[in-house]
Amino acid sequence: MINAAGREIPEIIKGITKVTPYAGPFAICPQGRMVGPKIRAGKPGSEKLLKSLEQAIDASGLRDGMTISFHHHFRNGDYVLNQVVEAIARKGIRGLTLAPSSLNDVNDAIIPHIEAGVITAIETSGGRGKLGRLMTLGKLSKPTIIRSHGGRARAIECGDLHIDVAFLGAPCCDRYGNMNGVEGRSACGSLGYAMVDAAYADTVVAITDNLVPHPVHPISIPQTQVDFVVVVDSIGDPAGIASGALRISRNPRELLMAEYATGVIEHSEYFRQGISLQLGSGGASLSAAKFIQEKMLARGITGSFGVGGITNPFVEMLEQGLFETMFDTQDFDLPSIQSLRNNPRHVEMSASYYANPHSAGPIVNNLDVVILSATEVDVDFNVNVITDSNGIIMGASGGHSDTAAGAKLAIVVAPLLRGRLPMVLDRVDTIVTPGETVDVIITERGIAVNPRRTDLIESLKGSRLPVLHIQDLQRMAVELAGKPEPLPAGDEVVALIEYRDGSIIDVVRKPK
Amino acid sequence: MSEGRREAQAGTLESADILITVALTEPGAGLQIDLVSPTMKQYGAMIRQVIEKVLTANGIADAMVHANDKGALDYTIEARMQTAIDRAVGKG
Repeated sequence: MINAAGREIPEIIKGITKVTPYAGPFAICPQGRMVGPKIRAGKPGSEKLLKSLEQAIDASGLRDGMTISFHHHFRNGDYVLNQVVEAIARKGIRGLTLAPSSLNDVNDAIIPHIEAGVITAIETSGGRGKLGRLMTLGKLSKPTIIRSHGGRARAIECGDLHIDVAFLGAPCCDRYGNMNGVEGRSACGSLGYAMVDAAYADTVVAITDNLVPHPVHPISIPQTQVDFVVVVDSIGDPAGIASGALRISRNPRELLMAEYATGVIEHSEYFRQGISLQLGSGGASLSAAKFIQEKMLARGITGSFGVGGITNPFVEMLEQGLFETMFDTQDFDLPSIQSLRNNPRHVEMSASYYANPHSAGPIVNNLDVVILSATEVDVDFNVNVITDSNGIIMGASGGHSDTAAGAKLAIVVAPLLRGRLPMVLDRVDTIVTPGETVDVIITERGIAVNPRRTDLIESLKGSRLPVLHIQDLQRMAVELAGKPEPLPAGDEVVALIEYRDGSIIDVVRKPK
Repeated sequence: MSEGRREAQAGTLESADILITVALTEPGAGLQIDLVSPTMKQYGAMIRQVIEKVLTANGIADAMVHANDKGALDYTIEARMQTAIDRAVGKG
C-alpha cells in the first residue's frame, strides 16, 4: 500500500504484528489507556544493592526472548550497554530484543553477540558505523524499528514497546536506587531518555560507578522505580560522554547557512518577545545560536524557553537572561552539565515531556522555531537523516520529526552538495520527517519555503535573503554535479521508519 | 615527449578534490584507468568519461591513470587531469 508520504509500505512485514501506514502528521486518534508499570512491593529493610552484573541479571529474571533497554546519555563514552550485553551473553541467554534510546559507534562491540544470537532484534533511534551496516544487511530476525525520541516514549507508554529489563547507567546513585546524571566522574547531565524506561520497565537495574549515601540529591529517577543497584568500575569514559564547550563552526558554508537560518527567523512573525527555540547540535544549527543571540540583543527581546539537546551557546543565552527556561533531555558538553546542576532555570525533562505526541501535550507543541540538520531533502520537503547515498543506515531519527511537527517554524539546513552528491533530490532515499511538517529548507546557495507557507513567503519578501523555489535548488545541484545514476532499488525490508504516532512512514530496503 | 617525465601527480585528498597520477605508457598499451571514489555507483562512469576526454584532448592514447576521488566536480577533475598530464609530459 502507498502511504500518505507516497511510500510503498508492504502490508505484511516479517515479525511485525500490525502495520499502520502513515496517514498525515496528526491523523491518528489514539484510543484507550497508557499501560501501567508492574506492581512491586519493596519492603522496609530490603536490599537492592547486588554484588555484580551477573547477580543483577539473575535477580531481574531475564530470560530468552525478552526485551532489554538502555539510555544513550553516555554517547560515545558508554561502557554500560557493552558490559551488560557481554554479561548476558556469558549467561547463555538468547533471542533478546535490544531497545536502547539510541546507539553509538562504541556499541559496535556487541556485534559478535548479535551474530551469536544473543540479540536477534533491535528497536532504537537509528544506527551508525558497523551496527548501521549490520541493520542494513538484514542480519536480524526481523526488521529494525526506528523511532523518534517522542515516538519511543509513546511506544513505551502505550505498550507498543514493552521493556522487560532496563539497565540504566547512573552517574550518581544511592543504594536504594535514587539517581541523577549531574554528579560523579561519569556525569552526563540530563537522564531524560532513561526516565521513560525507569517508569515503565518491569524491572529496573541501576548501574553506577559512584555510589553515594542515601538519599541522592537532586533525584532525577526515584527509588520507587528502581529494583536493583549494581556498582561497577566504570560506566563511561568522560571524554566520550561530553566534549568541552561546543563552539560555533568556522566552516564558512555552515556559517553562511546559519546566517540564512537566522535571517529567516528574524523576518518571521515568531521573532518577538517570548520566542521559544530549539537548536540541534549540528554545525550550522549551533552557529545559528550565536547569530540569534546577537539579533535578540540588538532587537531587545528575550525568549520564553529553549529546548535541547543543550549545548554551551544555549547555556550562555540562559545565563544572559535571553531565555527564561531551558528544557533539557540530553547534554552535549560540560558547560551544559554544569548548568543543569547549578541553574534552577535549567530543567531536566523526560523524552515523554519532550515529544510524546500521544499525551496531553509535549513541550515541542509550544515551540515557535526549530533549526534541524538533514542528510538529504527533496522537492516535497521530505527529510532523510537515516540512510546515506548508498542506502546504508548511518544516522538516527532523534527528535527530528517530533520538533518539526510541533514547531510553528521548522527550518531544515542541508548543504546543496556533499562531496559531489546533490542533497536536494527528487525523492529522498528514506523519509524520516514528512515535508508537510517542514517549512523552510536552507542550503548555502539559497533558501526554499514550503509553498504551503504563503504567509512565510510573504514575510520574507524584501528581506534580501536568497529565496528560491525548491526545484531551482535541485536544478542547481544537478548542474554542478551532474545527474547521479540511480541506485537499483533494494527488495528485502530491513528497517521500518516509524513516524512519531506509531504509523509507518517509510521502510529501508537492503541495497542490491 | 620522450625527454619529459613519464609519470606525474596532481590534486589532493581533500574533500571535493581528486588525487590523480598519470603515467605515460608504451605506444599500443592503451588507456588504463584505476578509479576509487565514494560515489562510484552514482558517478563512476561520468568520472571515467571526463578522464578519458582530457587524455584524448591531449592526444594521449597510452597511459595508466590512478584517480583517488573525494567527491570532486567535473571542473576539478579536468583541471587536475590537465595538470598531471602537463607535468608528465614535462610542461609543468
